[in-house]
Parts: sequence; C-alpha cells; structure tokens
Amino acid sequence: MSLSILLWGIPQAMRVAARIYPEYAARLKERDLVAQIKMRDEPDVGRWIQLDKGKITTGGGIHSNPDVTIAFKNRALAKSFLTPPFDQLERIDAAKNFKLLLEGPDDLSVWFLQTLGQLESVYWKSGTDMGNGVTRYTNGTNGGPLFVYVKDGKILRTTPVDLEDEDGGQWTIEARGKKFSPPRRMTLAAHGACQKSMVYSKDRLLYPMKRVDFDPDGDRNPQNRGISEFERISWEEATDIVASEIKRARAVGPGAVAVDHGSHHQWGNLGHYLCAFNRFWNLIGVTKLMHSPDSWEGWFWGAMHHWGNSARLGCPEFYGTVEDCLKEAEMIVFWSSDPDTTYGFEGAQRREWARELGIKMVHIDPYLNHTAAHLGGKWIAPKPQTDAALAMAICHVWITEDLYDTSFVADRTTGFDEWKAYILGESDGDAKTPEWQEPETGVPARDVRALAREWGTRKTYLGAGSWGAGVGGACRGPTGMQWARMMAILGAMQGHGRPGYNFGNLQFGAPVDHNFYFPGYAEGGFSGDLAFSANSANNYQRMPHIVTMGTVRQSIPRMWFPEAITQGKSFGYITDVTTTGGQFFPFGYPSPGHVPVEMLYKYGSQLFGTMVGGNRWAKAYQHPSLKFIVNQSIWNEGETPFSDVILPACTVFEKWDIGETFNCGPGYVHHFYTMNNHRIITMQHKCIEPLGESKSDYDIFAAVSEKLGLGAVYTEGGTSELAWVKRVFDSSDMADHISWRQFLKKGYWVVPAENENSRVPLANNWYYEGRKKDTPDPYPLPSDYSGNYLEGLPTPSGKFEFIATGLEKIEDPDRPPLCEYMPTYEDPARNPELADYPLKLQTGHTRYAYHVMGDNTDGSLADIREHRVFKDGHYYLVARMNPQDAQARGIEDDDLIRLWNQRGSVVCAAQVTGRLQPGVVAAYSGSAQYRPTGEPGRSTDLGGCVNMLNTKEPITKKGHGMKPNSVLIEVEKWTGADDWQPTAETV
Amino acid sequence: MAEKWNLIVDVARCDNCRLCFLAVKDEYVGNDFPGISAAQPADQQHTWLDIQRKERGAYPILEARFIPVMCNHCDDAPCMKAAEGGAVRKRADGIVIIDPDKAKGQKKIMQACPYHAIYWNEEKDIPQAWPFDAHLLDEGWTRTRAEQACPMDVYRTIKVNDEEMRRIQAEENLEVLRPELGTNPRVYYKNLHRITACFVGGTVVEQVDGVEECAAGAQVVLTQNGQEVGQATTDLFGEFTIDRLEPRSGSYRLQVTGPSGSFSTEFELGDESPYLGVMTLSAG
Repeated sequence: MSLSILLWGIPQAMRVAARIYPEYAARLKERDLVAQIKMRDEPDVGRWIQLDKGKITTGGGIHSNPDVTIAFKNRALAKSFLTPPFDQLERIDAAKNFKLLLEGPDDLSVWFLQTLGQLESVYWKSGTDMGNGVTRYTNGTNGGPLFVYVKDGKILRTTPVDLEDEDGGQWTIEARGKKFSPPRRMTLAAHGACQKSMVYSKDRLLYPMKRVDFDPDGDRNPQNRGISEFERISWEEATDIVASEIKRARAVGPGAVAVDHGSHHQWGNLGHYLCAFNRFWNLIGVTKLMHSPDSWEGWFWGAMHHWGNSARLGCPEFYGTVEDCLKEAEMIVFWSSDPDTTYGFEGAQRREWARELGIKMVHIDPYLNHTAAHLGGKWIAPKPQTDAALAMAICHVWITEDLYDTSFVADRTTGFDEWKAYILGESDGDAKTPEWQEPETGVPARDVRALAREWGTRKTYLGAGSWGAGVGGACRGPTGMQWARMMAILGAMQGHGRPGYNFGNLQFGAPVDHNFYFPGYAEGGFSGDLAFSANSANNYQRMPHIVTMGTVRQSIPRMWFPEAITQGKSFGYITDVTTTGGQFFPFGYPSPGHVPVEMLYKYGSQLFGTMVGGNRWAKAYQHPSLKFIVNQSIWNEGETPFSDVILPACTVFEKWDIGETFNCGPGYVHHFYTMNNHRIITMQHKCIEPLGESKSDYDIFAAVSEKLGLGAVYTEGGTSELAWVKRVFDSSDMADHISWRQFLKKGYWVVPAENENSRVPLANNWYYEGRKKDTPDPYPLPSDYSGNYLEGLPTPSGKFEFIATGLEKIEDPDRPPLCEYMPTYEDPARNPELADYPLKLQTGHTRYAYHVMGDNTDGSLADIREHRVFKDGHYYLVARMNPQDAQARGIEDDDLIRLWNQRGSVVCAAQVTGRLQPGVVAAYSGSAQYRPTGEPGRSTDLGGCVNMLNTKEPITKKGHGMKPNSVLIEVEKWTGADDWQPTAETV
Repeated sequence: MAEKWNLIVDVARCDNCRLCFLAVKDEYVGNDFPGISAAQPADQQHTWLDIQRKERGAYPILEARFIPVMCNHCDDAPCMKAAEGGAVRKRADGIVIIDPDKAKGQKKIMQACPYHAIYWNEEKDIPQAWPFDAHLLDEGWTRTRAEQACPMDVYRTIKVNDEEMRRIQAEENLEVLRPELGTNPRVYYKNLHRITACFVGGTVVEQVDGVEECAAGAQVVLTQNGQEVGQATTDLFGEFTIDRLEPRSGSYRLQVTGPSGSFSTEFELGDESPYLGVMTLSAG
C-alpha cells in the first residue's frame, strides 16, 4: 500500500472509531491540536490531522503550525510502521536510535500517540456476560485469582475461580495404590477474599491532598507531619508541586531524591513496583532504600553458607517434592512451619492427601499454629528461639546411635568430623545430648530421642519454615541463623535428595509445567530495568522495550533509614543474590559524590507496622532535613499522613494489568507457582472506573513525567496500560495457545499439565546421586562453581559444608563457621536488667492479612475476631497469651491489654489460649494502622504496630536483616492512661 | 416429596481460614437483594456466618477446633413463631426468609433464635440472618458462597427430599445443634463431637536402663463402672487420646499396660477434656 494511502487512512480510521464508539468520540474532544506526520528525507511529504472540539480535518503535505510532529527518518520506515502486523522490535529500534522523532509539548504528544493506539484497543471486548446486566471479569491479587462480578459500574461480588471442563492443567500422582488429582478450582487466601471491602473502604484516598500547614514556597512545618490535617487539591496542583520539588531536589545534587516502596505491591506485572515505579525513577535517578531479605534472614545470612542456593536466598530447592513426599515419606516434621497462614490453601488440599495416606505429622513451634491445629499430630513446643539446641540434640542421637546417612556424609560433605566432635562435646566439653537441651528448650529429652529415632529410621520430609523450604517462622528471630543452619545440617545428615528425604511440607513442588513461559512480576514488566529486576532473564528478549537506568549510586539500608535521616549517616550490607559472597559488600550513606536526601517519595507500605523499632520512623518523617515527602497510596494507612502531599492511587480493580498467580520470577523465589495446583494466568480487567479522582500508578507517574518532559519516554511513545498488557501477552507462550481476544473475554488461561514423563526432576536428587544439576534453575551462575559447571555446590569446597568455610571470609562473631549454640540475646535469666520484662513476644507473619495488606479499619478482615476485636469504637489487634499468664494479670478474653518494653508500647485485645506455653505471647506483625495516644513515636499505639517492640539491632553484626521475634515484654490490662516513654533505641 | 435445601458442615475439616465468613461478607455487605435480604452492615457484630472456637485438652495434647454457625433454616423455626404479619416465611424449598420490609422493628424475631444466629441491624431497624444465599440458588447456583469459597470441603449444599436427607443423616452420622429444642434445623454437622464431646489424653513413659523413654505401643483401656468405654494404643511419643466422652459424665478409671509395666488412675470428667499428664509404667 502506498504511503499516501496509509497516511490518509489514519484520520479515516479515527472517524470510523468515533462513529462506532462514543468513548472514542469523547476522547477526541479532550484536546484541540494539529498533528503533523512527515518524512525527514522528503520535506514536502506528509499529512496533518487537526482536532477541534472532536472534529477531524486533515490534509496532505505539511501544516504551517503543527503542535505535535512525528518525523520518520524515511518513507520505508513510515510504511513499515503503519502496516500491520506491527513489529515491536522495529518500533523500539526506531525510537531509541533516533529514526523516529517526536516534537511538541510532552502532554500533547503522549495524548495524541495514545489516541492513535486506541484505534486498535477500542475494538477489544472484555469480560463474560452473565445476564441481568452483570459482567464477570477476572483479576489477580496477592491472595490468588478472582472472578469479579460487576453491575452498574459497581463490584457486586468477588469469588474464587472455578475451572471449567475445557480448562487444562489436570495432573495425577499415584502414590501407594491411590491416585490424587487436585480439585478443579483455584483457592484464595483471606487477603484475596476481602478485596471488595478494600475497594469500597472508607480508608480509600480519593483526591490529591496537601497538608494544611505545608507551604512549598514558605513554611513547610515538617514537625507537624502525622499531626496536621490535609486539604483537597487538584491533580494539576499536586503534580505541579511534585514535579517542581523533584526539579528542586535534583538541582541540589545526585541522590537528593529518595524513594521507597513496600516489600510487595498490588498483584500484576505492570503496576508492580518493579515495573511502573522502577521505570519512572530510573529516569529521575534516586537514592533507593535498600531492602534486606526480610522473612528469609536465617537462610540468607546463615544457611546459605553451608550449601549455596543464593538465588533462593539460602533456602533449598523444592522441585518435584509433592510427588516424592506422597510416594515415599512416612513422616513430615513441620519445624516452625505454618503454611496455612498467609499463602492460601493450594498446599492445604495436598496435605489432606498426606493425612489420607497416614503420613505421620510432627509440629515444632512454640505456638500450636494453624496448620498444626488443623492437621493434628505431635506438638513439640520449644521455648522461643531455642530450637537450635533441640536440633543439635537430634544430631547427637543420630551420631551416637548411627542413624544418619553415612555414605552421603562421607561422599558429599566436608567438615563432618569437626561437627561430630562439637556435638559429642569433644571440642567444648558439652555433649549436646537430649538432656543437655531440656533445660534450654523445655522439651523433654525422651521426646527428642523418640523423634530422632523415628526420623533416623523412617523416610522423613523436613518442612522447615512456612513453605517447608524456607521463609518465615524461626528464621526471622534473634537465633534465626542458627535455626536455619541447623535445618540445613539436619537435612544433610539424612542425605536430603534421597527419595523420601527432602525439604518440604507439600506447600511447594506441584508437578506443573516448569518450562512454559509467562513472566513473573520480578521480570519487571516494562520497567526496562536490567539492574534491579530479573528483566534480563527472559523478559527483555521476549518483550522488546526500551532499557532504563538510573545514574544515582546512593542507597540507604531500609532498617536504618531513621538513623540516616536524623544522624546523617547509615551503614549496611548489600542484598546481592547472584552469589553467596554477594552479601559481604558493605555500603554507606551518604555515598561519595552524592548529597544527603532532601525529598522522600513513599509508594504504598506502612513501615510503622512492618519495620522493627517503628517508633523511630515517626521522628525521621518529622525531621527538618526531609524538606518534602510525597505519599502515593491507595489507602490512608498509619504512615500516610506523615507526608506533605498525598497522591491517591487506585486498586488493581480500577486499571488494566496482567499476571500469573504466584509467579514471581528468577531471583524472587523462582518457580513460586509450584505452590499452585494449576498455573493460571489472569487478565486483570479494569472492572470499574477508578474511585473518586484516584488514578493508576502508571497514570500518576505518566502525569508527573509529562511535567518533567519525560512523558513520551516514560510511556514509550504513549503506550497505554492495556497496550502494555497486550505486549506482555504477546511475549508469553500463552499467545501460542489462545488468541488475545479470547483471553480478554474469558479473562484467564490455565497452563496445560506437564506430561508425566517430562515432569521436573526431584529437588536435590542430582546432588544426592552425584549427577550434574538437572533442576530448571538458572542459578548458580557458571562462574559461581568452584569446579565444573553444574557439578557440585557453589561453596568453597563444592560440597555441602558442615563447617561453613565461606564464613571465614567475613569474620562475623554472630555466625562462626561452626554453627555453635548461642542463646537468644534477650533473657532475663541471664541479664537481670531485663527482669521487668518476663514475657517473650512472637511477632510472626499474619494469618489473615498480607503484611499490612487487607488490614484496613473497615475491611472485612477486621471483622474476623481471630484478627481484630471491636471494642470501644475501634478494632484492636489480637494478642494471644496462656491462661496462666493472663490469670496472673487479671486478664480475660477480649480485654484490652498493653504490651510494652523499652522500645514500644502497643494496645491489643487479649485472646486467652492454651496454644501458647506460659511465658509466651503472640501477636502478628503487620498492622496497617498506627494510632498514637499522644506524641507520635513517643507514646502508646492503639493501632497494633507490635513490631515497635522489636529491636533495630541486626540479626548479624555484618549484615542487614531484622530479628523481630522473641522479644521481651510485659503485659498489663490497659487502663487508658498513657505515661509510657521510649527509653531505648530512639532517634 | 419436594426437594429442599440442606447444608452439611464437617467440623473436622474446618481450618478456620475464614474464607466462608469473608464470602458471606462479600455477598451481603453493600448489596440489597429485594425480598431476600437487605444489605448487611459492615460490622463485626454481624456475623451471619459465625466461626466459633473450641479448645480441648492441654499442652502437649491440645486440639483447637472451629465450628461455623449460621441460621439453621429450622423447619420448626422459633423466629417464625415470634414473627408478626408473616415477617418470617418458610419457602417450599426449605429456606427461611426474614422479610427485610415486614420484619421492621420486630426485635423479638432476633430474640427468639436459640442459636443467636439472627442479628439486629440498628440503622435499618430490622433483624437479619444468613438467607441460605436463596437469591443465588434461585438464579441456578447449586452451592452456597460458603461452599464455593471453602478450600477444605467443609460444606456440602444439597437439595434432596426430607426422606433422603434422613437417610444421609443416618448414614453419615450427622447431628444438628441442640436437637433437644425440637427446631428441626436444615443445617447438619459431621464430627460435631470434636466440639461438644470430651477426650482424655495422657503421656506414657517408662524407664529403660535408667533413662526415661516414651512408651510407644502401650495399651490404654478406659472403664466406667467396670464397663470398658474406650481404648487406645500409645504413639511413638507415648501419647494417647480417647474421644467421644460426654462432659460431666462421672468418674472413670484408666488402665495402661506395656511391656515394662502398668499404670492406672481414676478421674472425674468435668466440662473440659483432661490431659492426665505423664504416667510412668512400673512393674507389679
């Protein structure tokens, strides 16, 4: 087709679309402009299009005064650009190599390009008509996929996704004469099932706002953050302030703008912080708050040095373990393992099969956790954070009674003789017998012997941590490194990887297809961020898009952000998961050649509830050195008012996105989706219009970009969110199986089941058998092997190391190469100064919310009395305690109680329960609410931020990780009168 | 005989995940279904599907169980008898509906429910209860939202005639809440004893070469008035439980016998499930 016809076709197509679709006609009325399309090598060739109140006029040739100009290098490029099917790689090439130039004001240019883009998308149809004016859409959440029923522009209901006969993905495991296949449905976690109540929560931020006593041109009153009220402003004013503050701060020097996001975000590959957020800030250049491997601490800083697995943050593989466990295992030891909490119920269904097969269950946890309560079996309750002593006594029984895998130990490990000498007490005079551990752990020696003998003679799976293969639980506590190291050592002594002996609790390792490509969120969507996401693994090749890269080389360890602000400096260790030694690199703030932070851009999150020693944050947010704080959030959570300007983001139900349930991606728990019984990819439909004046994160960043002349760069030439979704779809293997239009209508697609013969090999079996690594894991990188590629482990010796010689390089007193027993740091029996605080507080991952997500003041999770209790007009977080401790303090169920120590004071609602031993109190961390009774940071919190009681000290001296469990506190009935003041770890 | 709706709830499968609770909130908060129910207030007091907790025993033998409790859609519903002007009606399919218009101001409808499954909506001045998702069943749904949401298969929503339901009840040993009231609920429970009955548990140990060990495989026999009422074998940790004992059912004698000796004790059963502690087998 000739170029002139192609150009002529553009305004014709716009007229047709406007005639058919009122929304397109309405869009054409949004802006009046003249757009010129021309060739750089043929100055007279082109076509102009004029929009005037929605009316289109057009002409061939060159307009005398265009607002926007699109200039192709030559005729051939223009023809190729305008002739379907479009080649994305060619478009990217033209844009980044200056073959295609865009001139004119950024906002008009972006608007015009998006208007052209909609010539395609305006014809697309979404959702399934259910009759009676109801349309069923789909969406994705951190708690699983949803059907979303919408009527009259309002969400009527949300339900789990039940699979249809035509959906694939079904598999069968044959074990001991029985056949097991998963139910034809997807399940949800509670924080996925509460979403409708979250969308319509009164906590929603619906308008841009400014603190009443914040004047960017005058007095900024930073000391009143968290105290003063906010007033509504327009988006125009809000984005003006934000853009001008970014400009002002950047002029001060590199690093003056700091940004921070939560550890998680709303589900979806595009809205995720690793995408929309990273792309924008790479264009600005910012100081990042460096996260530590929260929830992986003991594995990352400790266990990793025995066996590698750095890209799994030190946790073991989990491939194929569902099938092996069901076929072979006779016992599962759940050690600090509560998979029924937080991550939904896909694995819970599989654990029912284990119960049906008569596999014995043992649960080791100071709390009779939810999984233990549900499954039943033996409950062993060590005193908090003494687990390593119990584990060492198990080693003692195995060694003295010859109940370990001697050939694996001889052939595949190093350092066992030294380890054995330590366990037998030959090197330090203390034999680590069951009797030795009894006074420390409170676990009867006879129970340890019974467990060790059963474990040493029967095929046993070790479910270590929430997922059975790491994460959460005891690894997060003060002795978390010892615990995780002991889990690795117990595994090695029984030859993990031998059929029937492995890590897992049936939560991970379902026999799904591990090779079918759909990008996990950690692949960064359209971020173009090769440095701080897993983009380079597949996404960058699969979905051509333009690379982005920030130029600022400064970061702050997130745990010590308050000190960085109030004291002007901070120091930590990098979380680099590409190699075991990546964690040995220190970094400091400020960085050479950079300036202190002046401006902070907060993106969601509620650090009062999630960070240790949370009271420190209040003072940091109020510090005068922070001249400007923006908070871009969906809900008005505890820390949102500690800012100057609030930008209201919308939920995932009010924008377009796409994602696969529980698919994170390389470096962020690779093959996480094996937690699911079916791999399911969901279209995340824009189910309803954004509430109030809220906007998607992408649209907010695009609006600010336009004020900084970065709009066309940020949006890659006006790409809409829906167009990005299409590009993700096209980049995946899904496009070979279902058309875009079908997918958009149906809303989900289930990945076909793996053929039984090509199922993934069993985790760790390659190492057990002495084969080359054959599990589908991109790590270790070739350069990380000390021997031949794919042979052995990435440790100095290439073998499992009972004595972690890699730790000799760091000389950290908290983690000597030999995992010796070190009691927990806070113990009134050892330190009389702590006698006022006789109770140990456990602050584990919350059962119903997802960290702070879902914990709104009026969401449906708040109505769960196991989560919060409504009293005196507020919903108080539940804290559990033993009847004996409660009685001693005159406390009964639902009483308001105050938990406090030197660092924090928090009011909760009591639940008196036998599920904890005397001396132990448990309250889940992750409150979205912060309600200080008086001065923020220096008074009692009614919101439930129990992490305030935890120490800011790191889990290991030469590391950057928290140790939030097992802190000493006292509890009393709340009187309503607050005279508490922090006496330690203030800023 | 007409087919009617019934709900079967298996207490032993409940994980307290609360997905059924949240599904009911999702369905009714903010949604009016004319003729069936007015919108539920977003409020902790309105637990149309309530989950109640029950702990039995003590460390180390402790059970934490949960039971979903909701409107029983009784065939002889006390709320119907208390209602005026036909404010509560029984549908032909067995479902009891509290009419959101006609029930206005009638607090005694709420007060009449012996299961405390009717809630008062202060704002609208009406009694409200879970209407068995009647509006969805009428649209062709075959399950309640609670059943659909439950990952553990606690619920079975079934439409059968009453004779068939009696057969299923007998076959599966189903119970109803407080049968002595004669309300004839249409919500049936499986494994209800895990909430309502007591167990007795203990830990049996023995001395082996001067070292205390768990006594696995010991035989435990429970008798009352000389009659055997239960038995168990200790597990590898020497632990045992004997379940399905009636609370406050008098005194019992427990006899444990193992290769290294025996142990016996007596106890009086109260309201709670006793953990009898550590029992050391001794010869003679």
